Amino acid sequence: MARPKIPRKSTSIDMTAMCDVAFLLLSFFILTTKFKPSEAITVTTPSSVASKVAPEKDIVMVTMDKDGKVFLSMDDESAKEQIANILNQTKNLNLNIAAFKKAEFFGTSFSQLSSFLSIPKEDLKGDKLPGIPVDSTKGPNELIEWMQLVHTAFEGKKQPNLLLKGDNLAKYPSFHAVITAFKKNEFLKFQMVTNPEAAPIGSELWKDNQKHGADEEKK
Amino acid sequence: MAEMDTSGGGHKKGPGVKKGKKLSTRVDLTPMVDLGFLLITFFIFTTTMSQATAFKLFLPKDADKPEDQNKAKESGALTIMLGKDNNVFYYEGILDNSNASSKFKSSNFGNGESGIRNIILQKKLRTPDNDFVVVIKPTSECNYKNVVDILDEMAINVVKKYALVDISDVEDQLVKITEAAGGSGK
Repeated sequence: MARPKIPRKSTSIDMTAMCDVAFLLLSFFILTTKFKPSEAITVTTPSSVASKVAPEKDIVMVTMDKDGKVFLSMDDESAKEQIANILNQTKNLNLNIAAFKKAEFFGTSFSQLSSFLSIPKEDLKGDKLPGIPVDSTKGPNELIEWMQLVHTAFEGKKQPNLLLKGDNLAKYPSFHAVITAFKKNEFLKFQMVTNPEAAPIGSELWKDNQKHGADEEKK
Repeated sequence: MAEMDTSGGGHKKGPGVKKGKKLSTRVDLTPMVDLGFLLITFFIFTTTMSQATAFKLFLPKDADKPEDQNKAKESGALTIMLGKDNNVFYYEGILDNSNASSKFKSSNFGNGESGIRNIILQKKLRTPDNDFVVVIKPTSECNYKNVVDILDEMAINVVKKYALVDISDVEDQLVKITEAAGGSGK
């Protein structure tokens, strides 16, 4: 049987449209990507069902690494300057105020603070630093003093968001020491940084959420 | 399309002038698309999708005098202790020497029958809402994750009243003995 001849079609497709789409998506992803800042202190946070996003501004953050070492960081430069001044006056630490303001976190005892500030940024790695001494069996819990300084620095101002970011493996005693430091300075509200997690299906919270969802749908 | 009009120019060439061969301006865009998608995949993978969340914890003010401290009703109290290696121990009401062995029980972070979630839930259902208090006592051997997990259980089970309390020596001993005897909830 004679078959009608089908004209052979060219297999090359016009790629322009596809290229357009590809680069549109590419530019979208480039613009929305927020690179994780390389953290000097590595912390793997536990997960919780909390759904509130952790604040990123006006924070005073206490970090606990996996060995239970404690670090303090804050983003308000004027508060830092004030703290540096107080420290210089009360403890004669001879701190370089500009360096203190630039420091991303503090992780050493008061006596070592001056030399801590002169360490170049590349060498500031959590595992090499001693951390703020908090173990009250080995000496004074210096975090109490730090929190007192924070308290003074923010007096009469908008209260900062107090955050606690702890590693899964940090032992309870350091957590307890941090809580003690908070309590002693009347910081009774704080937030713990966690990874989000869905509420387990069938649990009370899950039922609550379902109910709320249904309520909102009715409205 | 990626073509340009090359015919323009305006001035006409006179007769006899050879026309230059028109070169096609079509470019093969396939490699460019390849590159584009490669970069897209890269950016998709590096984007941090999930933002860190935070959950709030309110600390009670330390009461200086013992008579100022909040008293929990014995019938509604559930005390949870956190040991090492993710062990969980609990008892209901008050623990004293006579009933320590029968009341002191072990549990775990699992979802099963003996998991702490189920125990909290059962206790919650058994007690009136106003009386139900969970007391959390972490030992020095447990880690931060355990504490956050148990606080998370409070949120999961919608427990309204709970407290983080220092462990007493008696309880600490009990936890240690039970752990040494291999009586963990696993």
